[in-house]
Amino acid sequence: MTLLHAVTAAIVIACALHMILSRNLVRILLGLALLATGTNLLLFVAGGKGGRQPPLIREGAKVLGPSADPTVQALVLTAIVIGFALTVVLATIVLRGWRATRSLDARDLDLVEQSDDAHAIELAP
Amino acid sequence: MNDALLLLAPVGLPLGGAALAMLLRGRPAIVERFAGLIVALTALAAFALLSRALDPRPLAVAVFGGWPQGIGVGFAARLPGAVLVAVVALIAVAASIFARADIGPRRRRAGYDALMLALVGSVNGALLTTDLFNLYVWFELALVAALGLILIDRRRHQVGGATRYAVFGMVGATAILVGIGLLYGATGTLDLASLAAILKTRPASVATAVAAALLLSGFALKSGLAPFHVWLPASYAAAPLTVAAVFAALMTKMGFFALMLVVAGVFGRGAAQLSPVIAILAAATMLLCALATLAQTDMRRLIGYHVVAQVGYMAAGLAVGSAMGLAAAIFYMVHSMIVQANLFLGIGAIRRATGSWDLKRTGGMVRSDPVFVFLLAIPMLSLAGIPPLSGFWAKLFVLRASVAADMGWLALVSLIAAMLTIVSVASLWAEACWKARPADRPARGVPGAMKAGMAVLSAATLGIGLFPQPLWVIAQASARTLVGMGL
Repeated sequence: MTLLHAVTAAIVIACALHMILSRNLVRILLGLALLATGTNLLLFVAGGKGGRQPPLIREGAKVLGPSADPTVQALVLTAIVIGFALTVVLATIVLRGWRATRSLDARDLDLVEQSDDAHAIELAP
Repeated sequence: MNDALLLLAPVGLPLGGAALAMLLRGRPAIVERFAGLIVALTALAAFALLSRALDPRPLAVAVFGGWPQGIGVGFAARLPGAVLVAVVALIAVAASIFARADIGPRRRRAGYDALMLALVGSVNGALLTTDLFNLYVWFELALVAALGLILIDRRRHQVGGATRYAVFGMVGATAILVGIGLLYGATGTLDLASLAAILKTRPASVATAVAAALLLSGFALKSGLAPFHVWLPASYAAAPLTVAAVFAALMTKMGFFALMLVVAGVFGRGAAQLSPVIAILAAATMLLCALATLAQTDMRRLIGYHVVAQVGYMAAGLAVGSAMGLAAAIFYMVHSMIVQANLFLGIGAIRRATGSWDLKRTGGMVRSDPVFVFLLAIPMLSLAGIPPLSGFWAKLFVLRASVAADMGWLALVSLIAAMLTIVSVASLWAEACWKARPADRPARGVPGAMKAGMAVLSAATLGIGLFPQPLWVIAQASARTLVGMGL
């Protein structure tokens, strides 16, 4: 089962990296979202198997009994939230890029040379 | 003051201030003063924290949520982190003085102050945390704040810079996260000291080796070591000038701090096999980026490549691996944060005075503003490593450490890179300051606020240069803390 999970995570991450290498901004965005998913799966596999005791036990008892490690779940939960937030931020950047250039090709964003005139100098009052 | 409050202040003050500044941003004059006040309070807290970290009482630790130490997430005033928090505060103060002339009401309405405070808070969080996963969270928070700051004018070239920064940053953070996950799977803890204690006694396994490689590449990307440096000069050039100065000082050094913490602190001797790899990365960074500076005419990219090249020297100290090498890297880090921020502020002032980022169209600063040129000469000479400024000592310590550890080739490479740096700084000096001003360019003065911001940092550089002993003692103590972590 661990092997299956590990191979799945590897495939997901490989697909994600392939998509990130594309020039299409939306494909990069989706690739990064997929990368976050693959990472979460990998985190889950890395420590998610039962067997390791969590650091908390009932008062008086010596062990808690069989249970999954709660730390990993907390990690994955945090990573999901962070991954989602970053995906949203990147999506707004891509949208901004689309509005500015009417193109989703990363090369078009690169074309804008930063001439002096393009850079706004803002004088303080 | 209570240790827990003292530890929380450098993080909590800016983050709380960021939330309030976001609410106040409709009124630029008020939010500017408010953010200045928060930065000043943060600086006070940071220096109080540094003095607490330096006194011989036991380590100040605050673990949140009432967990015992080693299980809960907490902050600790460990040495390299505590001294860097103080430097971060110093740079935030200088940047907020400089921003009075550089950041106008439009950018403040767009949320400049809130984002800047959030950035300072999250960098401080990364410097103080005791938990590896928490370190990753602070990195992501800093990334979001940094993206907002790059995009603040919503211009086209900023979208390009922000996209590059976001994609590289997220891929790097993913490598770090996977490394953390594997490390947790292998050891069952995320607390830095417990991790160090486990890893230093246990032989390396496949999982820890892969985790080390992933963490190395993730943090190397964050700190801009070659070959992961390509995104950095372009992204920094897109950001507003004050922001670029703060990035140059904070972001790469935050990455390098984490690299040092993981390689020297957590893995310790277990990372000995990584040392040659780091040495090669360091040599490549120093040489390639020093060469790249010679080809630049845009001042922002020129200094951007210098920022990366300087990380190479620190990595050289880390690669040496001895306590002396680590101390040299920490000394270099403090020197470089102050100097890089100051140089960025300086070219911003040159841009204000001459109206151009392009070295071909600048000039005449020596004649038009001698005070400014004096303030700029200090970080420039320090970058070039001219005695008695801080850069000389920093380079000397790195050289001495690498020669003492029989890595003469690394010392040789850093000497060659230092020569190239001198050439590049000389050309910047000649083109921007010495050369006569092109006849068709109008001359404007440098605003007093810009000079005042630079003066803070120049005074710090001069102080370290003339009295390097206290900082060197702190750097040595920091190196001992790192090496002794978990023992």
